[in-house]
Amino acid sequence: MFGFITGRRAPQLSKAERFAVATQLQLTWWRFRRHKLAMISGVVVLLFYGLAIAADFLATTDPHATDARTSYIAPQPIHFFDEDGAFRPYVNGLKGVRDPKTFKLIYTIDPNRRTYLQFFAPGYRYSFLGIETDIHLIGLKNPQRGDGIYILGTDLLGRDLWSRLMVATRVSLTIGLIGVSISLFLGVLLGGVSAIYGGVVDTVIQRVIEVVRSMPTIPLWLGLAAALPNSWSVMQIYFAITIIISLLAWTDLARVVRGKFLSLREEDFVMAAELAGASQGRIIFRHMLPSFASHIIAAVSLALPAMIISETSLSFLGLGLRPPAISWGILLQDAQSIQTLALAPWLLASAVPVILVILAFNFLGDGLRDAADPYG
Amino acid sequence: MAEPILSVRNLQTQFAAQEGVVHAVDGVDFDVFEGRTLGVVGESGCGKSVTARSILGIVESPGRVVGGQILLRPAKGGAPIDLLTLSPKAMRDIRGPEIALVFQEPMASFSQYYTIGNQITEAIRLHMGMDANAARARAIDLLDMVGVPQPSRRVDEYPFQLSGGLRQRVMIAMALACDPRVLIADEPTTALDVTTQAQILDLLRELQQKRGLAIILITHDMGVIAEMAHDVAVMYLGRAVETGPVGEIFSSPKHPYTRALLRSIPTVLAKPRTRLPTIAGSIPHPFNRPTGCPYHPRCSEIITGLCETAEPPAVGEASREVRCFLHGGRP
Amino acid sequence: MTTLLEVRGLRKYFPIRKGLLRRVVGQVRAVDGVSFTIRKGETLALVGESGCGKTTVSRCILRALAPSAGAINFSIGGRTVDLAALKRRQLRPLRRHMQMVFQDPYSSLNPRMVVGDIIGEPLLINGMTDRAERRKRVAELMELVQLPAAYLNRFPHAFSGGQRQRIGIARALALNPELIVADEPVSALDVSVQAQILNLMLDLQDRLQLTYLFVAHDLSVVKHVSDRVAVMYVGRIVELAETEALYNRPLHPYTEALLSAAPTPVPGVASNRIVLEREIADPANPPPGCAFHPRCRHAQDRCRQQTPELEEVEPGRWVSCLRARELSLQGIADPA
Repeated sequence: MFGFITGRRAPQLSKAERFAVATQLQLTWWRFRRHKLAMISGVVVLLFYGLAIAADFLATTDPHATDARTSYIAPQPIHFFDEDGAFRPYVNGLKGVRDPKTFKLIYTIDPNRRTYLQFFAPGYRYSFLGIETDIHLIGLKNPQRGDGIYILGTDLLGRDLWSRLMVATRVSLTIGLIGVSISLFLGVLLGGVSAIYGGVVDTVIQRVIEVVRSMPTIPLWLGLAAALPNSWSVMQIYFAITIIISLLAWTDLARVVRGKFLSLREEDFVMAAELAGASQGRIIFRHMLPSFASHIIAAVSLALPAMIISETSLSFLGLGLRPPAISWGILLQDAQSIQTLALAPWLLASAVPVILVILAFNFLGDGLRDAADPYG
Repeated sequence: MAEPILSVRNLQTQFAAQEGVVHAVDGVDFDVFEGRTLGVVGESGCGKSVTARSILGIVESPGRVVGGQILLRPAKGGAPIDLLTLSPKAMRDIRGPEIALVFQEPMASFSQYYTIGNQITEAIRLHMGMDANAARARAIDLLDMVGVPQPSRRVDEYPFQLSGGLRQRVMIAMALACDPRVLIADEPTTALDVTTQAQILDLLRELQQKRGLAIILITHDMGVIAEMAHDVAVMYLGRAVETGPVGEIFSSPKHPYTRALLRSIPTVLAKPRTRLPTIAGSIPHPFNRPTGCPYHPRCSEIITGLCETAEPPAVGEASREVRCFLHGGRP
Repeated sequence: MTTLLEVRGLRKYFPIRKGLLRRVVGQVRAVDGVSFTIRKGETLALVGESGCGKTTVSRCILRALAPSAGAINFSIGGRTVDLAALKRRQLRPLRRHMQMVFQDPYSSLNPRMVVGDIIGEPLLINGMTDRAERRKRVAELMELVQLPAAYLNRFPHAFSGGQRQRIGIARALALNPELIVADEPVSALDVSVQAQILNLMLDLQDRLQLTYLFVAHDLSVVKHVSDRVAVMYVGRIVELAETEALYNRPLHPYTEALLSAAPTPVPGVASNRIVLEREIADPANPPPGCAFHPRCRHAQDRCRQQTPELEEVEPGRWVSCLRARELSLQGIADPA
């Protein structure tokens, strides 16, 4: 049975054998793998973050460039094949028509014109991971004045929605990530301190948590966002909003950490380490932290969507990021009025990634939480 | 001997898990008689608790009774009813008025939000159609009967206000609320201290004498079996390996497992600091159930070449059966 | 025989706090004046029902809890140290001399460490930093508790309850301690595995000249391992004697009832059992006088007023009962 330990054969472990030497991480992974929905959600989340990294590369048009003449163009579907079946992606060109009643110039899709596309085409300049470049995944082959690709259409100011959505995804997802990192740091630190020192420290931290949690969030955000100076740059506002959101979100994590610390301290194996003469540091870092790392990961994956939703709602209400910054909330802001929606229903497309990401994170978090419990 | 109240025939309960199917109960037979206690004894994983739950039709998912019969003889006489064929609704009329259950952990089986009086009267009103006042009076009578001091005051208390011993008494009162004929007690004293255990065992015996209850007592403790049971079924890995009257099981055990188990029990009668005979190895994990006789890897009297492959059938007369090739049944 | 450990007047009170300001409104007297000695190489069993304070005593000795009062004099290498007076930091170098075996074989092993690391951790902490040397010692220890050394790289989840308890024992033995405190080491195990662990503990004691403090509620188990037995009731020792003497001729009515209530695997012996009335007293609010008097069938008026002290009524026999000398109590019938 243990031939593989001494033998020269390649280790061919039986099922029970593999189970016996499996680490908790492996066990968690095995359990997680069985959770189909969570697996799919994990892939979706990864795809979205990939998309966030490559946002500029995937964008087709400068997301900030305005053009009054291209206002409210309907989505232009990409055709991949010619009539003869050859792979030659193209979009139909546009033609300007005067509205006979208002005399306004309306762009409509002209099925008779074709603008061919090319992969890795040059476009607006951006920097990707520190490299200045102008290569985009797709672009027009021979761009002429008035040509453009508007996969999801344009907004009032004639900005390309697809490109804006790519950049918004990056902004909203990173706000979530940075915000969670800050609240994770605060939560682990304060939760841990609260549990380890106990007594007055614990009481004070717990009361602070209760006060923070009892504050109505929307008015508080309102106040804090209004306090941000108008002169701040987009970047400064971005970080300020991140910090505001995470200042309110750390309390949940702090409670999880404190609860886990307290229950682990009662575990016999922690006492055994103490009786063996282990230092506090060793007990915390060797025995306690690894035991609840998986719980924290699960808590984080459930906190992330809350962060993203917070940013989106704040910006939607006009309290968070402000134009010219682009985020999901700001894109949705454009879709606020019924009139606009009647005129340009494609503006609602920016709600789709929000819903997808939030759902995916929730399923992923549930799956992780179920899988992380070693004896559950 | 009289007709049994309850007969279990070839009961099979399985749990379908991701890793495979666990045969938690794998062909168990026994009879339960009025005024007598059947002790079902075994170690962890032997299927004794699942047997109890199967009888009551409360096996937890993913468990399922897949075969056998559970025959209950009606109080009025007539042909026995197979409980496994009853609808869930009909089963609800069996649980309580016919067969009741006492759990190991009384704290977990009570709701913390209702007084114990509420919880007892609920069953009484549901099954016996009494009005609130009559049901309350009956609840107080029941508490008095199981030896709860000051029952008219205690009836309005919450479960957390009671000690472990009192909670178990209340649990028994609740089980007896609808005058069942069969009481299943699943490790009723395991969570209790020895002196409290003695009180509860005394109570169960007294109630049995007064009411002619048939009791199925499920326990891991051979001492409790010796004290309480009239008949014994020894279980190992889902199977009743030996059944018989308590005296014979203890004085002349036949199955090697029963013999080894009895030898390995620590007792106050032993000489101080004496080593106990042991059973080699440990109980296999349910997923790694041995082939043939499930006990063969630990058996000191194994018949090599036979026990590993063939499953021993039950041999002997109905009241004294053993599943071991040493006692016959060789193919 | 020399004394390894002397416990004198040990008290451990837990405050009962109430209200927003967590004011102390009372005390649970979990351990209320316990004194005994453990001789080198013997097994002293501490027996009692839940809430009697036996576990608290053992935790105080190991200094997992700080005692409220009393002395714990431990003899190491020719000198005697009062553990009760030491600070946490001062205790750390002394920890290696006394180790613990836990009740729950599941929660006592870190599920995220392999068995080799679990058993090797005390060695690492106490300065055996060489990996190969540690591995060798771990293999030795595993052999000592009859586990295949090949299991070194397995995680606890791959072991049965009995095997886990062996791992726990190996860990406790790693530092060659003088005293092992075993807190209900077999009560979570199946009967057929219980005997294996009890035998292992007896064998190890003979081989390594270990001293055991064996904390248990089960008098049957205790009889198989102990040289002397101390019976506790509501925070105090009520009787302490050699095992055989205590079982055959108890001097305290509580010991008598406890012995009588212990289930024996012999049909028909339970008929003349003493069944105690009422419940165990509340250590937050113990009855006046002898704490056992409300349940005692021999209680007299003076038992309700006067608190008995633990005194040596015969050589080696300590009892805390006002009527110890007048009563003649029933013990375990001779097995022969």
